[in-house]
Amino acid sequence: MLSQESLQEIDREIAKYPPDQTQSAVMAALRIAQVEKGWLPKELIEFVARYLGMPPIAAFEVASFYNMYDLAPVGRHKITVCTNLPCALSGGVHAADYIKEKLGIDFNETTPDGKFTLKEGECMGACGDAPVLLVNNHHMCSWMTTEKIDQMLAELDKK
Amino acid sequence: MLEIEIDGKQVQVNDGSTVIEAAAVAGSYIPHFCYHKKLSIAASCRMCLVQVEKAPKPLPACATPVTNGMKVWTHSELAVKAQKGVMEFLLINHPLDCPICDQGGECQLQDLAVGYGSTASRYQEEKRVVFNKNLGALVSTDMTRCINCTRCVRFTTEIAGEMELGQAFRGEHAEIMPFIEKTVDSELSGNIIDLCPVGALTSKPFRFAARTWELSRRKSVSPHDSLGANLIVQTKHDVVKRVLPFENEDVNECWLSDKDRFSYEALSSEQRLGAPMIRQGGQWKQVDWQAALEFVATGLRGVERDHGAASIGALASPHATVEELYLLQKLMRGLGSENIDFRLREVDFRADGKRAGAPWLGMPIAGVKDLTRLLVVGSFLRKDAPLLAQRVRQAAKKGLHVSAIGPNAEEWLLPVRNRALVAPSAMVATLGQVVVALAKEKGAEVSVALLGKLPETVSDEALAIAQSLASGRKVAVWLGNLAVQHARASELQMLAQEIARLTDGSFGFIGEAANSVGGYLAGAVPGAGGLNAAAMIEQPRAAYVTLNLEPDLDLANPAAAMAALDGAQLVVALTSFDSPSLRQVADVMLPIAPFTETSGTFVNCEGRAQSFTAVAKPFADVRPGWKVLRVLGNLLALEGFAHADSEAVRAEALAGDLASRLDNGVEGIVVSSATGPAGVLERVADVPIHFADPIARRAPSLQKTRDAAAPTARIAPATLAALGLAAGDRVRVAQGTASVELVAQADDGLAAGCVRVAAAHPSTAALGAMSGDLSVERA
Amino acid sequence: MILAGCDGDRTWRLQDYVARGGYSALRKILAEKIPQDAIIAELKTSVLRGRGGAGFPTGLKWSFMPRSFPGDKYLACNSDEGEPGTFKDRDILRYNPHSVIEGMAIAAYAMGAARGYNYIHGEIFETYSRFEEALAEAREAGFIGRNILGSDFSFELFAHHGYGAYICGEETALLESIEGKKGQPRFKPPFPASYGLYGKPTTINNTETFASVPFIMNMGGEAFLNLGKPNNGGMKLFSVSGHVNRPGNYEIPLGTPFAELLEMAGGMRGGRKIKAVIPGGSSAPVVPGGVMMDCTMDYDSISKAGSMLGSGAVIVMDETTCMVKALERLSYFYFEESCGQCTPCREGTGWLYRVVHRIEHGLGRPDDLDLLNSVTTNIMGRTICALGDAASMPVQSFVKHFGSEFEYHIENKKCLVPPEVQRAGSQIYVSPSC
Repeated sequence: MLSQESLQEIDREIAKYPPDQTQSAVMAALRIAQVEKGWLPKELIEFVARYLGMPPIAAFEVASFYNMYDLAPVGRHKITVCTNLPCALSGGVHAADYIKEKLGIDFNETTPDGKFTLKEGECMGACGDAPVLLVNNHHMCSWMTTEKIDQMLAELDKK
Repeated sequence: MLEIEIDGKQVQVNDGSTVIEAAAVAGSYIPHFCYHKKLSIAASCRMCLVQVEKAPKPLPACATPVTNGMKVWTHSELAVKAQKGVMEFLLINHPLDCPICDQGGECQLQDLAVGYGSTASRYQEEKRVVFNKNLGALVSTDMTRCINCTRCVRFTTEIAGEMELGQAFRGEHAEIMPFIEKTVDSELSGNIIDLCPVGALTSKPFRFAARTWELSRRKSVSPHDSLGANLIVQTKHDVVKRVLPFENEDVNECWLSDKDRFSYEALSSEQRLGAPMIRQGGQWKQVDWQAALEFVATGLRGVERDHGAASIGALASPHATVEELYLLQKLMRGLGSENIDFRLREVDFRADGKRAGAPWLGMPIAGVKDLTRLLVVGSFLRKDAPLLAQRVRQAAKKGLHVSAIGPNAEEWLLPVRNRALVAPSAMVATLGQVVVALAKEKGAEVSVALLGKLPETVSDEALAIAQSLASGRKVAVWLGNLAVQHARASELQMLAQEIARLTDGSFGFIGEAANSVGGYLAGAVPGAGGLNAAAMIEQPRAAYVTLNLEPDLDLANPAAAMAALDGAQLVVALTSFDSPSLRQVADVMLPIAPFTETSGTFVNCEGRAQSFTAVAKPFADVRPGWKVLRVLGNLLALEGFAHADSEAVRAEALAGDLASRLDNGVEGIVVSSATGPAGVLERVADVPIHFADPIARRAPSLQKTRDAAAPTARIAPATLAALGLAAGDRVRVAQGTASVELVAQADDGLAAGCVRVAAAHPSTAALGAMSGDLSVERA
Repeated sequence: MILAGCDGDRTWRLQDYVARGGYSALRKILAEKIPQDAIIAELKTSVLRGRGGAGFPTGLKWSFMPRSFPGDKYLACNSDEGEPGTFKDRDILRYNPHSVIEGMAIAAYAMGAARGYNYIHGEIFETYSRFEEALAEAREAGFIGRNILGSDFSFELFAHHGYGAYICGEETALLESIEGKKGQPRFKPPFPASYGLYGKPTTINNTETFASVPFIMNMGGEAFLNLGKPNNGGMKLFSVSGHVNRPGNYEIPLGTPFAELLEMAGGMRGGRKIKAVIPGGSSAPVVPGGVMMDCTMDYDSISKAGSMLGSGAVIVMDETTCMVKALERLSYFYFEESCGQCTPCREGTGWLYRVVHRIEHGLGRPDDLDLLNSVTTNIMGRTICALGDAASMPVQSFVKHFGSEFEYHIENKKCLVPPEVQRAGSQIYVSPSC
């Protein structure tokens, strides 16, 4: 269900923990699985659970608790904008509004071409970089003026 | 001991106690939801907040350890304010429609809301809605009512041994659920209904069937497995509507297996036999009791006259009561026949006449928690004795090391540290190896009776088991159903006895049924010159009396049993159900009461005699079995059938000190280290949990569970491959001339060379013995 | 101190850290076999207080670890920085990761822990990756791993990546999360020092706390203490965000006047008037601007002003800010981040948010402020962890200090601050220096 590379990556995560604590790797394993597959369908969660020898519902608890896991399909590029107070004071909400307008979608929506999904994020621990947003969970973009947003969307559009 | 003052009352409690436990001692009730004495502490519902001296804020009584000299107020202003605050939070998203909730009237939230709730809600927003989940045939959900106490989650994880439920999502969106689209399949699942303090989890079969205050309730005892779980049976208009656990810490604690809880549905089955029936000219005809009993008496006397009393045999169910079993054996003996047996699925009776007493568990059930080593020989422990397995599961968390010998290694949801996975024919030799290794570990000699009879080489698995046992402080060996039903059961018993001797431990039998011990005590076993259950089939009798059994499902060799009964001149069946196989072979069917409609006694595996009374009037023209047998005794003009009530029967049957009659000791069995011939396929037969007795197999909701799935031919993957078969193939399983068609299933929990084909199921009833050779080929 | 001499993304590597004097404290401790007690004593002298928010004395915390415990002991670093306004640990991890590694190695030595995990906030994957690289460097150079620097001291350190849950910044939720579970805080007692990760004794400290350790060991506890003021030892990183000209991290001695910090951050944006400051991360009570201008940045002074220094996250709001809207956003955050375990928090945070939300949207009712106060009272102190309190304190303090603004909303069904003013004040702003 997962590629050899992903499984090897999961194995490296498992090795971080004591031998009888493979469940500790579930967060990383779900992340790796999501990176490969784009989101976490239940079969994938169950696969990860079995791989780590833990009950599927325990893996689902984790997948549904942490909000960077996607339990439904998202666009090729998921953009998560922080709108929490410190960011909002420096334009976080306006940045989100600008993206909404440009992409023609609201939060939790995906563009019809399946390219972009927009999410509202909670504090990313980078308030000094406001407005700040995440691309596909793992790439943080700081000081996002409208010009930089334009540039970012144009680049992502090509990928 | 610690001193604590609770609401002004001084009490002493054990070290490590929590405030809520101390409050129970002091007689102060602290409201709570998530706390449950048998589950881990969650401390999350916050209902049990109390005031503790010097603590700046209220503390949860369930999680606060008692310290010496602590002062606690459970109903002070601070405490009550906190409790009321929590109650308000619990209610803001909870539907306030108790009249349409199935839990209404027996709801902890409803009860506590009376004391701690407000008359009006300050919450003006929209309430949360949570979608229901399909947990299977037994548990109904109304998840909007859930207060997230997580008792059910902790139960599945901690008590049932497998996390089948979880609390997914977070915050206000948190919800209790199984993994997507999975059901809760545990054989203990019904307990989550009792644990749920609100109407989120309720009984599916009982759903909207009655209000709690409409039900009459009586104590009873479960007629199924050998534990003898204590029940509260609830009836409305003499119909059993629900079964709940009656808490008995020594027996079932506060739990029930699903079979104990939901089998009652069969009591209202359309297959209940409501009136005596006689077969005349191939036609079944309803008759009155007088006619039926006279027919029986005349028939039995006729057979006795024509063929002698020894031509009459009696076969009784181990689920029958002590009173029934006792009067049946008395009747047989009164007629002059020693042919009586209740050990219907056993085949090795060499120990008869060599036993020191009635076989039993060899230890108290509650003693499981003190064991440090346990060897389970030939058992489907989890399904055959769910609550005993549960105790082992808990003990294993506290350091009990479990070992197992047998052909099966299905999931018990508890750690089995050492296992010898061997075919049935190798079990005696393997247990012998354990004895050899154990003696060596202990530096002791084996008993004279075993000298020269034990294997010379010891497998790694047997050695590991022996080492585990040798290192134990408190050791037990349990012989399971597969060991009891084994072709060389008495040799296994001899060897288990030897292990107990070498380890200064105990050994005993898990027991197949509610009265596996009671049957011995009631004398329902053949005396000198009598035929045992197997012999009565192998040497067909002219007449049979059967008690609460179905010949095609309840005997060791159903095919042979059906043939023997079919060929008999007279078959008298005392039965609660109008069973198709009885219709085929019997000549008269007498409707006797199931456990809810009669008084009686079961002696459980630890030798505890538990009596119960009827909870409902008998259905239709049904009569209690003991009364039917008493009248028959009188009709046959036999001595000693003048009992006024069932207590009198019990007093006669269980006279004297019961404990002194329990003894697993056996002598004079010749043990051999021989194993079976190589290259043959051996049958391994389990008795599926919900097919084990006539009641369970007629309970519709139980029959919809995963445990009631149709049997397959389970084969170890390597063996399957060697047979040129693949999982999913339809195969023909043949024993001698009989054969059935099943689906092959790969089972890596099965010894090589074995085929696991369940007994006690219509789809396999055409087969013969539960053990021995069979063949498998593509159908 | 921690960020002194660092040049952003260019100087995070091992060689740079060593060039700045890095790993000399660990070297010295191992070479001279400095007793564990002496290290803890030095820390106590320094009065280093936990930099994660609670301000618990670090030396004391370390002394709670059972010395003679026979099994495994663990160390955990809390880099799950997600409290709105806080963004210092990310800078430490990406600009000076080795200071954390060295600090943890010293801590492990002092407490006899053989294994450690650095729990890194989910949203900063790039920082996590960099920390993994730094770990590889340190392992390669023998600063972590078996027989560190040839001594008989071994310490394995790994990074654990979060995936989006503020609550994992709570230390026992963090442990649950490392164990591969939901981040639901544990009831205490037992405390992590006796029953922590995998049920073993565990000490958890904040990133900045660990990063401070090598410096304290090098300069001595006394000198560190003297950098700050009594009972408020040392230097501290302050994350300044909001309506200032230069948002960012500023490492200053504890006790520095707030006015000076504000000055360092470039002063108020557009020269507008300061309205309010949340001085210690979103969970700390809000302080009116005027009061704040008289405070010094240390635990005691901020506490006197009725708030908390917390994680040192200073959120500055100017007069264009609608306090109802600001609270609405914070209340939504706590509602969103409640783990769902304890009834008062699970049910109460949503209630709070909905009431503030309806006030903001012109649907407030006359008794809503009393209701808010009452609900917060029923949440505070009634839950396993402090998230319930954290959700309540902003509500209480906003209503307390800016009650008239809330009342205006309720009565007039609109904001005291005109929408166009609010809009202007919350425009996208990026400091020219970024």
